[in-house]
Amino acid sequence: MTEPHSAVAEHAEHSPYLRHHFDSMEQQFDSATLGMWVFLLTEIMFFGGMFGAYTVYRSMYPAAFASTSMHMNPAFGAANTAVLIVSSLTMALAVRSARLGKQQALQMFLVLTMLFGIAFLVIKGFEYHEHWVDMKVPLFSGHWDYSNTPEFPHQAQYSHQAQILFCFYFFMTGFHALHMLVGVGLMTTILMMARHGIFSKDYFTPVEISGLYWHFVDIVWIFLFPLLYLIGNARKLI
Amino acid sequence: MSTALQTPEVAETPNYLNSEYGWKSWLFTKDHKRIAVLYIISITVMFFIGGIFASLIRIELLTPQGDLVNSGTYNKFFTMHGIVMVFFFLIPSIPATLGNFFLPMQIGAKYLAFPRINLLSWYIYIAGAIFALAAIVLGGVDTGWTFYTPFSSTYSNTFVITAAVGVFIAGFSSILTGLNFIVTVHKMRAPGMTWGRLPLFVWANYATSLIQVLGTPVVAITLALVGLERAFHIGIFDPAIGGDPILFQHMFWFYSHPAVYIMILPGMGVISELVTCFSRKSIFGYPFVAASSLGIAIIGFLVWGHHMFVTGMSMYASLYFSLLTMLVAVPSAIKIFNWTATMFRGSISYDTPMLYAFGFIGLFTIGGLTGLFLATLGVDVHVTDTYFVVAHFHYVMVGGMVLAYLGGMHFWWPKITGRMYPEGWAKFAALLVFAGFNLTFFPQFITGYLGQPRRYHAYAPEFQVLNVMSTAGASVLGLGYIIPLIYFLWSMKYGPKAGNNPWNAKGLEWQTTSPPPTFNFEQTPIVTEDAYAYGSESAPEEAHHHD
Amino acid sequence: MHSVPSVRTYVTVWAVLTFLTFATYYIAQIDLGPWNIVIALCIAFFKMSLVIFFFMNLKAESPLTKLFAAGGFFWMILLLGQFFVDYISRDWMPCGKMW
Repeated sequence: MTEPHSAVAEHAEHSPYLRHHFDSMEQQFDSATLGMWVFLLTEIMFFGGMFGAYTVYRSMYPAAFASTSMHMNPAFGAANTAVLIVSSLTMALAVRSARLGKQQALQMFLVLTMLFGIAFLVIKGFEYHEHWVDMKVPLFSGHWDYSNTPEFPHQAQYSHQAQILFCFYFFMTGFHALHMLVGVGLMTTILMMARHGIFSKDYFTPVEISGLYWHFVDIVWIFLFPLLYLIGNARKLI
Repeated sequence: MSTALQTPEVAETPNYLNSEYGWKSWLFTKDHKRIAVLYIISITVMFFIGGIFASLIRIELLTPQGDLVNSGTYNKFFTMHGIVMVFFFLIPSIPATLGNFFLPMQIGAKYLAFPRINLLSWYIYIAGAIFALAAIVLGGVDTGWTFYTPFSSTYSNTFVITAAVGVFIAGFSSILTGLNFIVTVHKMRAPGMTWGRLPLFVWANYATSLIQVLGTPVVAITLALVGLERAFHIGIFDPAIGGDPILFQHMFWFYSHPAVYIMILPGMGVISELVTCFSRKSIFGYPFVAASSLGIAIIGFLVWGHHMFVTGMSMYASLYFSLLTMLVAVPSAIKIFNWTATMFRGSISYDTPMLYAFGFIGLFTIGGLTGLFLATLGVDVHVTDTYFVVAHFHYVMVGGMVLAYLGGMHFWWPKITGRMYPEGWAKFAALLVFAGFNLTFFPQFITGYLGQPRRYHAYAPEFQVLNVMSTAGASVLGLGYIIPLIYFLWSMKYGPKAGNNPWNAKGLEWQTTSPPPTFNFEQTPIVTEDAYAYGSESAPEEAHHHD
Repeated sequence: MHSVPSVRTYVTVWAVLTFLTFATYYIAQIDLGPWNIVIALCIAFFKMSLVIFFFMNLKAESPLTKLFAAGGFFWMILLLGQFFVDYISRDWMPCGKMW
């Protein structure tokens, strides 16, 4: 950290992608990755705020929470988790291909990552649709029904609090899905750049930092899955 | 705007102002110095808009009855004053202006790490400001800048979402500036510029950037939740269905308390620069001042509950937050002691920047000490939500931050524009600011302690004399702000040309021309001496240049 | 620049992550009372660590980058922890609230 950086690079010899305020490609790469990690730090705090609020309400209303978790579909959640984990694998392999200068492999893995990302969003869509049909969407009046049913004979008493918890479910998964969408957009851009032959062993920074973003969105889901879908699912309603 | 800067005299040496002309060269610039100038213009506009609301508040408070406007309109006045001043002036002020301009120069860098992200952060700021101004023009917001729920989320009939969107967007501007500074300080320092040789202005902005990056996202999600709650008519913070308004306050203040350190830390960085230069002495206790910036940044995240002592938060939490709030005063006090020790046996010159530094040290001390009153649980129960709190935060924000900003602007004005401002008028304006400020806000400590509540458009008749004094002071203060606006603009065309180093100051920014060239330095400097090597010789020692 | 992990490393990590996903799913079907959440979060934490250290290559990054990554996580804990300083202690005394 206290090492001085090298003197200004000779103009003729540097990569065309070296921006002039950097002295070397390494400095540029290190700055970009540090910048992305700092950005991910802000994302941790963004989702962290939501996790915090959600956790507080969960601890305040354990019974209502237990009843809402009965309406989550862990199969969808698990499928989504598996899909995202595979997409992380293909993303890591894409970054690896970029580092090694393997253009075809890079493009193939990028496409696969995008496909898995889109698959995630499609599964999410099915899931949201199921909630919509089930009248468990408090965001829109007329789409919230928490009255007692033969399956769940005692749930009406938790209707208000369940509304809050379901709102958080939709906001948390919604913001996550929004980040996934941005991620798919990023991948599209990177793919276009890859097809134009921009990346090489010396310059693959955009692939690297997009990969970091993608993995982070995966990590958010790794926590969302147990918290939203699994906890409380084993319990019976009181 | 560019025509005012195209004076032939300035264009003698190629510099960042005359290297290119035309609006495109400004609006698509990647030069951190030009972006700083864009910010200076923008935040000055927002400052005066916030000032208009302050004037309306003070005019209403001339009389005990609520006779100028009704209470709803008055609510809009203090809300808009707060939102504009906090989010669109104080938070960006020094980092986005003086920080953007001088942080790269002080570390010997040509550019910030991410020049295009820097420009993007300005555009994002403008977008946020447009939403905030739209909220004003459409009819205003009346929730207070604190957006407390469930009033803001369920019951208010004003343009809350518009204002919240404006603040949300402006938050990203803040985050990107902080991100840029952090990476720049880590990766772009010149050879020989070790962490121990960094100017304290850089340390201060670095600590500020950490807060910006860690705290702003939380207020973003908080306001997003309020906006969503309003848009979908669901009461996630509404007690009627089980929501907890205190949770909103926890989330809001998690950012908004560290936010006040975003506001003050860069100002403290400026004061370190001013006190050393105008005492011709190196800073006393450099490691302590540097470490105290980080200390304030970290401990600042552990104290937010002191805004919530009377809300229904648990008493044990109140004890926890009260204790930690006392603790956060320590690093601030360390700085005050170190600046004072720096001035001791120094060779003091009373130029305008130093006058502002004196003002800062005195007024920030008062503001800070009254913060300790407020940190004390029992006292806070008495004075919370009174004018005592209003006076406290204006002492630190205006008496501290704004004075530091003005001091910094005067100090660095010759470097930014190549022109000198008129010293006589500047000293006069500084005295007006100091006198006007104290006349405005000291009476508020008294009325607050005696019981005048804040955010009310009417008050008990026995407070009138002090309120009239306060309004009179505000007029003087306003004049003290307008005069520099006039002579700064005047100086850009008619001010005497300033040399490279009119103050004989240390710091790499003074080793280059005024105004600086686009790439800051002809050659990358190599740093061999500590940051404030004043006093050992009469002429400033030049940093050796790389050939 | 940095060393490139092998395909085998990545596939192994992926396999472990997928296995852990199914593990966490099936364990959740068993009622272990308050331990459910502890186990689920521990597994999630471990999965996150695998993604961070291997997929995001934090293992090969500088100590500075590691510090920022750890700092972010720690700061979120600070947020959650301090929220709960209030919520947990509200019922400790009959007059635990100020008012």
